[in-house]
Parts: sequence; C-alpha cells; structure tokens
Amino acid sequence: MKIHIPTPLRQYTKGQQTVTVGGTSITDALQDLTTNYPELRNHLYTGEGKLRSFVNIYLNDDDIRYLPEKEATKTGDDDELTIIPSIAGGN
Amino acid sequence: MLKLSHADYDALRAHGEETYPHECCGVLLGKNDADGNQVHKIVRAGNTRTDRAHDRYNIAPEELIRVQRQARGLGLDIVGFYHSHPDHPAQWSKTDFDEAHWVGCSYIITSVEHGKATLSNSFLLTGTGEEDKKFVDEQVQVVAGEAGSAKENV
Ligand SMILES: [Zn+2]
Repeated sequence: MKIHIPTPLRQYTKGQQTVTVGGTSITDALQDLTTNYPELRNHLYTGEGKLRSFVNIYLNDDDIRYLPEKEATKTGDDDELTIIPSIAGGN
Repeated sequence: MLKLSHADYDALRAHGEETYPHECCGVLLGKNDADGNQVHKIVRAGNTRTDRAHDRYNIAPEELIRVQRQARGLGLDIVGFYHSHPDHPAQWSKTDFDEAHWVGCSYIITSVEHGKATLSNSFLLTGTGEEDKKFVDEQVQVVAGEAGSAKENV
C-alpha cells in the first residue's frame, strides 16, 4: 500500500512524497515504513512509542485513532495512509 | 525568502478582513527551491476553533488531506500556511510556536486591525523537529503575475 508523506518529513524518506510499503495491517505498514526509514520513528512516535499527539494518520479518509480496530485494522494494496501533522495556533 | 503573487497576497489578506473579528486560515501550495518557498496557489480553509475563533485557529485534518491531495494532483507541495491576528500584531505567539510542526514551511501572519489588514509577516519554521525547531523571520517577496517573475519587495 501507499503512504503519503508530508513535506517536513520527506527529508527522512529521501525526498519521496509517497512511499510503498508491504503488510496487511496499519501496524505492518507503519513498521515497514519506519524500518525502511528509521529516522522517521522519532518524528512520529514519543519515547514511549506512542504516536505523537500532533501527528494524524489517516487510512483513506478515516483517522486511525477512531477506527474500531485502530492500528490493527486490516489493509489492502489499494488502501492509502496519509501522515498529516496538525495545523493550529492563535495569538 | 517566500515568494508569492500579488493576487495571492491580496487574497490571503482579504480573507482575514472577511473573517474579522475571527481568525482566518489557509494553506500555501507551491514549490521549495534554493531561494526558499514559492507559492503557486493558496487554498482557504475553515477555522474549526469556533469556541474561540477570535484568537485561535485550527484546520481540520480531513480538510488538510483534501488539500494535500489537490496539491499532489497539481504537482505542488504544501509549502506553508497563513492565518490572521484580529487586533493583534503580525508576530507569532507562543501558541503559534507550540502548534507549529511543519518544519521547512512558511507561516504567514496578517494583523487585521478594526477589520483592515495591516502588516503581513512570514516566519519560516526551521530545525529538524520538535526538540530544536525555531521560527525565523522570512522576507516576503510579492511578485507581479506568477511567483518567480518580476520583483517587488514589501
Ligand atoms: Zn497566530
């Protein structure tokens, strides 16, 4: 399946905006991603291995945090994951 | 340096006037090259912080994903964001900094005083990640026509 990488993280994927990974679940896909691009790990996860609060990961159009099976959700080759850090602020 | 066209520059400032006294927000699509970020298109976004839209903004991730998809279709990248500060200086705040995570992207802030856009400043988020990120003042070059042609500084 494909994983779309946001601009700030492409420096860790050799400039690629989309990366193809293997596996049959979100967990597999993300593991494959961070195995191939180990520098990404620290940018996606906290020291305790939890997804950083400002990093959103979507399976197609769904936030994986709200999927019934979360990261254990099964995926097929046609599914797409999108990593998208949050945009917010104020004054 | 951040380059954008007159039309886009005017449009993002007008957006802040329209949403006044609330904050507006949007996304800058373009390309990054040796000179910095070049904006080819701006996309308006909704502010989901309806609880305190006068001094906070947030773009829904669903909307960002649509914008990123649109950018991909156009062969462009997300190179930055803009938002307004109603009756507040065009300077980043602690909240802006804490919530800025797109290293390499430009964050334009427009001050809108009494409904009128005054200063627009851009800040480039530099560093490698959360531990060492920093906002750096960035020169804005507003160009006639498409970004990348004639020059006019603001
Ligand atoms: Zn702000």
